[in-house]
Amino acid sequence: MAKVYGAVTIDSDRCKGCDLCVVACPTDTLSLQPKEVNDRGYHYAYPAHPETCIGCAACATVCPDACIEVYRVVDRQK
Amino acid sequence: MTQEEIIRPENKVYSRPTFLTDNYTHYCPGCSHGVVHKIIAELVDEMGIGEKSLGIAPVGCAVFAYNYIDIDWIEAAHGRAPALATAASRLNPDMLVFTYQGDGDLSAIGTAETIHACNRGENIAIIFINNGIYGMTGGQMAPTTLLGMKTATTPYGRDAVLNGYPLAITNLLAQLDGTCYVTRQAVHTAAAVRKTKAAIKHAFENAINKCGTSVVEIVSTCNSGWKLSPAKSNEWMVEHMFEKYPLGDLKNVESIH
Repeated sequence: MAKVYGAVTIDSDRCKGCDLCVVACPTDTLSLQPKEVNDRGYHYAYPAHPETCIGCAACATVCPDACIEVYRVVDRQK
Repeated sequence: MTQEEIIRPENKVYSRPTFLTDNYTHYCPGCSHGVVHKIIAELVDEMGIGEKSLGIAPVGCAVFAYNYIDIDWIEAAHGRAPALATAASRLNPDMLVFTYQGDGDLSAIGTAETIHACNRGENIAIIFINNGIYGMTGGQMAPTTLLGMKTATTPYGRDAVLNGYPLAITNLLAQLDGTCYVTRQAVHTAAAVRKTKAAIKHAFENAINKCGTSVVEIVSTCNSGWKLSPAKSNEWMVEHMFEKYPLGDLKNVESIH
């Protein structure tokens, strides 16, 4: 069966820490930074468990600030 | 497979739309406006109409839309976006003319302009953001505010005797002969965002093909005005707003002519 690998990159300066991507993520990949803040004082989102990402782009679709980019690789060898 | 192997340009499946400018939006965290802006920017790119799109911005939170989407914009006086869109679309028949309005703009001060532009069947698309509150001015009651909903001007909840009933203006517009497509959507989940994108695309196509007026209402959140977190606002919207403003197509005819 093909295996899907995903990854996200988040523009942490642009992120406002609204939490919508964290709620939308079906695999609990994303979290908000518990302590770190960006230049504007927001607890920005980051991939806390990057290995679980499936590249479904649900987070990027609901992001109001368009700060998430999504990558996906489908490995058909296995 | 390592992160470096996955994060390569050829594997990219979702990126920031090219028609969004690099400015940071002034919207509150989690505001639905950002998602709708993104949808418009994506559609303008996908449909290849960047050169011939003209947006009419409202008065309200989206007043600075021209700072965020890199197409032509005109800023209308409060509520007068459909009147301005009428002139713009008649003078530039080759252009896609759409208005982007909030509920205070479209269903309060601009009611007359909205109804008459729709009744004339102007070849424009109207994007209507309905969050049931005046967000920019500090969360006062709007015509679309739900009964019992607390706002700055209805601190004990909206009372029908004192404040009247919530206005589902989209239902009114669906009755008019000039409208060809009237729908109500939301942007609270990824699936809903994709449906809204399809609806706005259909509205844009109707405007380009001169089929009549299209209205896309987007039931939205105003987490600052509602005094809830963005995620909680979405839950509140599903629980309460959808009862008065149910999602779905209200009207979809091929053309009014």
